[in-house]
Amino acid sequence: MYLGIDLGSRTIKVCFLSEKGEISFEVVESGYDPLKQALGLIQKYPAKLIVATGYGRHLLKEHLSCEVITEIKAHAFGVRHFFPEARTIIDIGGQDSKVISLDKEGRVARFLMNEKCAAGTGRFLEIMAMSLGYKVSEFGEKALQGRGEIKISSMCTVFAESEVISLKNRGANPLEIARAVHQSVVDKILSMVHRVGVEEKVVFTGGVAKNVAIARLLQEALGLEILIPPHPEITGALGCALYKREQT
Amino acid sequence: MMNFEVKADPELWEKIGVDVTRLSKMREVLTDLYKKAFLSQKNRPEGMRYFDEVISNIHTGRIREILQAKEEGRPVVGTFCVFVPEEIIVGLEGVCIGLCGGSQGTIPDAEKVLPKNICPLVKSAYGFRIGRVCPYFQVLDVLYGETTCDAKKKNYELYAEELPTYVMEIPQMKRKVDEELWLKEVKAFKEHMEGVAKRSLTEEALHEGIKIINRKRKALQRLNELRMTENPPISGKDVLLINQISFYDDPVRFAEKVEALCEELEERVKRGEGVSERGAVRVMIAGTPMALPNWKVPNIVENSGGIIVYEESCIGSRYFNNLIPEESKDLESMLLNLTRRYMKINCACFTPNEERIQDILSAYERSKAEGIIYYSLAFCHTYNIEAYKVKRACEERGIPFLFIETDYSPEDVGQLQTRIEAFLEQIRERRS
Repeated sequence: MYLGIDLGSRTIKVCFLSEKGEISFEVVESGYDPLKQALGLIQKYPAKLIVATGYGRHLLKEHLSCEVITEIKAHAFGVRHFFPEARTIIDIGGQDSKVISLDKEGRVARFLMNEKCAAGTGRFLEIMAMSLGYKVSEFGEKALQGRGEIKISSMCTVFAESEVISLKNRGANPLEIARAVHQSVVDKILSMVHRVGVEEKVVFTGGVAKNVAIARLLQEALGLEILIPPHPEITGALGCALYKREQT
Repeated sequence: MMNFEVKADPELWEKIGVDVTRLSKMREVLTDLYKKAFLSQKNRPEGMRYFDEVISNIHTGRIREILQAKEEGRPVVGTFCVFVPEEIIVGLEGVCIGLCGGSQGTIPDAEKVLPKNICPLVKSAYGFRIGRVCPYFQVLDVLYGETTCDAKKKNYELYAEELPTYVMEIPQMKRKVDEELWLKEVKAFKEHMEGVAKRSLTEEALHEGIKIINRKRKALQRLNELRMTENPPISGKDVLLINQISFYDDPVRFAEKVEALCEELEERVKRGEGVSERGAVRVMIAGTPMALPNWKVPNIVENSGGIIVYEESCIGSRYFNNLIPEESKDLESMLLNLTRRYMKINCACFTPNEERIQDILSAYERSKAEGIIYYSLAFCHTYNIEAYKVKRACEERGIPFLFIETDYSPEDVGQLQTRIEAFLEQIRERRS
């Protein structure tokens, strides 16, 4: 029995893998005390073999006997489980976005991660949704109703928010603004994808993969099919559990 | 050694016009930082004690030595660059000091004047000056400037308003005309320094200067060979520290201490005794200098199961590679040899600069590194752009390559940690 845990910036994901290979998982908010949240979650499961990833991985290791691997490795394992032929992974989480290129054996060949700001991440979308009065869960659908008539030029979350406010005050259609916000995230990701180099199959993971507009716009821009695993937000946690199974 | 502290001397600081309150605070921060980064390392060589002492005396003992030198009429020259012809200064019995520029703490001072979007090293250094937090700035006779980067070049105009500043033009191409200009600039610098020192540079004196600095560089080369061995007897962080200290310690004493350390390390190599765990990932760093106390990236690398086995940097191989031939003893040929030695430093300020890519690739082979971390300070356009060509050369050869652009702030440590760990994982996976 293997337990993978991904202590992300916005949410904590645990994934339990039984001897038979059955997967169960849970997602909670990181909250103000992510360590307490994580330890509480882990207690619920009988697994002794624990692997942690995400921002809080080292913090957890200080308090619990576990192994740590990076999100990059964890995603490679998680993605290969559903799509053994995957060669490119686009992962957009709360605070990070990453593009990972896998070699033919499925090992990490190259990767890029966003620099230290929130541009092109889930957090950026959250802030923009709030600013426009949409729920995060409906933000993508709203964006797809826009036709792409306007463009946001600021990549910086703070500047982009001012830009959105000034667009609102000029009476711009909020659906168009939503579309522009999504396009700006996609542009940011695309520049990373092109730097790393794209090869099929392309898999999209992380919480943002649940946003229909990002997936659609990425697919259109790349002209390739984008595969999304079931529950893309748990890919890292699942990858941890799978990694441990392979090790033992 | 856990009772280590960076020493204070408020009386001395007061006398030379340092902001005593701030430097007192800063030396406490440096004490903690140093203990965590260096004294917590396992199995450190005995010979590192001297360098711990030097850091302990960074704001006190060494300053007293410099004041003593000034009393003896020896000029004190502050520098920021490996292009300063140290042999001339030392030949005139002057003291050459690489100035402080590796701390986040003084950046807000500089940003009162300088734009935010420039190199952190330039901002940090200027902040040390205008915040009066660096004792070395307070005791200079000349600030040596050079034209290797736009930010520094324009910043020297501001330094010149309050400090005797001398700017030497460094050509940025490698043609015959550039060598001619360079030689003229070396001669002009020599004359300027003769004026400051109030004596002329004799052939014997320049020859002596060349010998002293050659010996220092040779000692650092020997150290570099030892750190590249199969089971490195010294950490990359300690080697970086020694390279950082090479810029402000007394060159003769420094060379002796490095040589003594090398003897100890040679013994360790014979016994097969190393500092890192078996299987540590051998990493080469290439890029912009890491000025004291900027240990951010080496800390992450070496705390994540990596060991740095080569540093292609100004505070690294670009400083100590290549010596000046000691056979020539007439002034003209010595100055020409000196110029040619400095022209071999393949700084990214040159265009074109293919030699640097060759340097990196051959150092990679020689050090048996398993991957290259290319380190660029934010807004360092020359190194930043050149990274692309280095990356391409690495990819063509299947060399794992990671590009990092960062500054001195701690805010991206989490992200850097993930990227560096993932890079080491990627290398380990390739082994199996």
